Amino acid sequence: MSVPTAASLTPKFSPSGKLRIGLVQFPGSNCDQDCFDVMARHFGVKVAPVWHTQTELPALDAVILPGGFSYGDYLRSGALAAHSPIMIAVKAFVAKGGAVLGICNGFQILTESHLLPGALLRNSNRQFICEYVHLATASGQSVYHQALAGKISRLPIAHGEGRFYIDVDGLKRLQDQGQIALRYASPTGLTGPEFNPNGAVDQIAGIVSANGRVLGLMPHPERATDTLLGGSTDGLAVLEAFLSSFT
Amino acid sequence: MTYEIIVQLKAEVLDPEGRAIQETLARLGFGALKSVNVAKRYSIELDAKAPQADELVQRIAREYLANPVSETFQVRKL
Repeated sequence: MSVPTAASLTPKFSPSGKLRIGLVQFPGSNCDQDCFDVMARHFGVKVAPVWHTQTELPALDAVILPGGFSYGDYLRSGALAAHSPIMIAVKAFVAKGGAVLGICNGFQILTESHLLPGALLRNSNRQFICEYVHLATASGQSVYHQALAGKISRLPIAHGEGRFYIDVDGLKRLQDQGQIALRYASPTGLTGPEFNPNGAVDQIAGIVSANGRVLGLMPHPERATDTLLGGSTDGLAVLEAFLSSFT
Repeated sequence: MTYEIIVQLKAEVLDPEGRAIQETLARLGFGALKSVNVAKRYSIELDAKAPQADELVQRIAREYLANPVSETFQVRKL
């Protein structure tokens, strides 16, 4: 677990830079402030809030869908948010090749919006799991695969419904097209059911879209960004990969 | 007019809630239980004059109430 220095991370993303990231806030989003904070403090990037009832996105380079319990997770996690007014604009943004990062509930919203395949179901052990996990980077061609290649990330998860599910054909497509980004793993990077906290198929913790521009993951990189909080700063590398996906 | 829509996980998808109930019932002596599956029931009331009500409810169930990735649904007019 290395601790990136400010100097190693900030030059590319100076406060005077032109990066414009929109962070969509739904009723029940609760990891939005963490995203605002890490983007400003570690990367010098100002993030613009976008309210869920907006029907258009401002001119943006990328969008973050944060964690939380949008619309109380009613119907299914992410299902009502997927049909909120702003998601029509987010879908259009993705269709034009826009970069989107969906964290936890944001990942659930992405699958419910069909911007990513699969679904996120109740954890197989029935528990809300709040703990650190290790993640191995899978093989693929996306900017995330390249940036995190060979890295074992230690990130927190906090979810009751994070069991990634997709049928056999869908899983094969993800595997064949290099769309699996992160798998739950041992501290040394071994993958297997014994290191899988929630019963996800193929130990999947995060996937990318076919064009590599949309990443959805259950772990919370924004919660692992500051040595003052202890734990891990491995989230910085994931967020830096996100920033480099559109710069 | 009222419709009942029942949504549940596909047979091949693990239902942790159903499994928990089954295990508890088995412990209480209902060992003959093979499985328990939990479903969600929606009751939808439509204006009596709503045109193409059957199709409308089918669409609501298919596109919104059920997730085709993991769930199946049944619609019944009450």
